[in-house]
Amino acid sequence: MLPQVLASGLSAGSIYALMALALVITYKTTEVPNFAQGDMAMVSAFIAYMFLTDFETGFIFAFGAALVFAFLLGVGFEVLLLRRMRKPTHLNLIIMTLGFTLALFGFAGWKWGADQRQFPFPVSANEVIRFGSVSISTLSVATILIAGILMLLVFAFFRFTKLGVAMQATQQDPIAARINGVPARAVVGLTFGISSVIGTVAALLTAPLITLDPTLMWDALLKGFAAAVLGGLNTPVGAVLGGYLLGVIENLFGAYISVEFKSVVAFLIIVIVLWFRPSGLFGRHHERKV
Amino acid sequence: MDKHPEVLLELNAVETWHGSLRALSDVSLTVPEGSITVILGNNGAGKSTLLNTILGVLEGQPKNGQISFQGTRIDRMATERIVRSGISYVPEGRRIFSELTVWENLKVGAYVQKDQLSTKKALERVCDFFPLLAERQSQAAGTLSGGEQQMLAIGRALMNGPRLLLLDEPSLGLAPILVRQVFDIISQIRDEGVTVLLVEQNARMALAVADEGLVLDSGELVVAGSASDLVDNAEVEELYMGAPSLPIK
Ligand SMILES: Nc1ncnc2c1ncn2[C@@H]1O[C@H](COP(=O)(O)OP(=O)(O)OP(=O)(O)O)[C@@H](O)[C@H]1O
Ligand SMILES: [Mg+2]
Repeated sequence: MLPQVLASGLSAGSIYALMALALVITYKTTEVPNFAQGDMAMVSAFIAYMFLTDFETGFIFAFGAALVFAFLLGVGFEVLLLRRMRKPTHLNLIIMTLGFTLALFGFAGWKWGADQRQFPFPVSANEVIRFGSVSISTLSVATILIAGILMLLVFAFFRFTKLGVAMQATQQDPIAARINGVPARAVVGLTFGISSVIGTVAALLTAPLITLDPTLMWDALLKGFAAAVLGGLNTPVGAVLGGYLLGVIENLFGAYISVEFKSVVAFLIIVIVLWFRPSGLFGRHHERKV
Repeated sequence: MDKHPEVLLELNAVETWHGSLRALSDVSLTVPEGSITVILGNNGAGKSTLLNTILGVLEGQPKNGQISFQGTRIDRMATERIVRSGISYVPEGRRIFSELTVWENLKVGAYVQKDQLSTKKALERVCDFFPLLAERQSQAAGTLSGGEQQMLAIGRALMNGPRLLLLDEPSLGLAPILVRQVFDIISQIRDEGVTVLLVEQNARMALAVADEGLVLDSGELVVAGSASDLVDNAEVEELYMGAPSLPIK
């Protein structure tokens, strides 16, 4: 039973890890969580759905269009809404992300309604592959692989490319980045674009599992947030590990303790981490620049 | 001292405001190519403001006046374009990226370099100046000592191969032996053809390596001349170099 639980945990954890990574990337820039992350991804998933069903395009085109849309939505959110705020406090920024999420949710409800729609996907949640004693759906396998590869690419980008390193520098000190010649404003916009794309990949992998409606990413956003708190809001790698850990812990809890209270686990984790290790399991305490 | 007649940087009647405070009024100056020019002045005189204004870091500033670099107006340019045109800056407080490694910090410094080859050359040069940075290349910059961080900040600024280097109090907080080393390095940098504009509290040391000197007081330029003139200037001596040397040898 344990390997089976771990496999399910890993699959759910992949989604949490993606959402946690998306949150942390922008958190490091603005120092506030982007509560619109989930609904930005949800609307982008609807874009893919629209292409697939209304325009009857292939998967590659539809998903590509959704990712391009997600990127523009992320950049647009930063450039047109966040950046224009005058000396925003953290609370102002949070309110802006909440306002944006309300707008997106309202828009999705008006445009697509609250019906739960089957989301077409190349692989199925019902088709099962067996690895020894473990049976796992092809969708879960795809989720684990796609999420894993995407996150490796993102980490390689941050670590090895000039732009990625400049992006980290901008997150730490935008003015210092600018005086080194980094176009910090453009880089911040790009950060939101990348974050939005990562969230949308999570949404595209979630929709075929639980059907598509405007609440698609509510659970994933909260779990991603819990995962980031667990691993450390300041460390992308920690947040991703937090995502996998949360997925596994949740499924262990569901299997051995109580299925009904499975969803309480994320909340318990947030409470315990904030009580005992507020910087997260893998995070470091460090002084903020003044 | 051989004087180079070409003017690399020119400020003309520059005026900068911090909110309702006029931090620079009517500042006009020239920085000759190939020189070390030092800016002296008390705390709050506007020295850092002057460097920030040149680099276009302050939103909407300078409010009035012109700044030109190599004959091109830069006073309305974005900071990143000014850097790209050949000015590097070691800001007050160093502002290294503490979570990045030494090497990553230098890589950010080389952001405007066009190709890998010039980045590599710049890196070799920086490692010649600061062998210590080469040894510590994969260490997180935040774990360096204060002096090492200052070296990193200077090294990072050299990575884009600047023609003009702005330094804001590079000797601040360093042990005397390191202070001397920093000034030696500044002279070497100048000897390699980089023009230096230096803000310093350490007037005696700074004037010893400088070619030109300026004194700012409450945002106004009150003295300008060659470094040796400034050393002889009684007023400057009294104000910025402490008491006349004590009778102890
Ligand atoms: N961001 C700011 N907002 C408001 N006032 C400022 C700001 N930065 C500087 N000032 C004010 O402008 C004046 C000049 O400051 P500046 O930092 O340029 O002085 P400085 O000569 O570099 O001093 P120090 O030697 O202490 O570094 C000071 O009165 C300072 O209080
Ligand atoms: Mg200063």
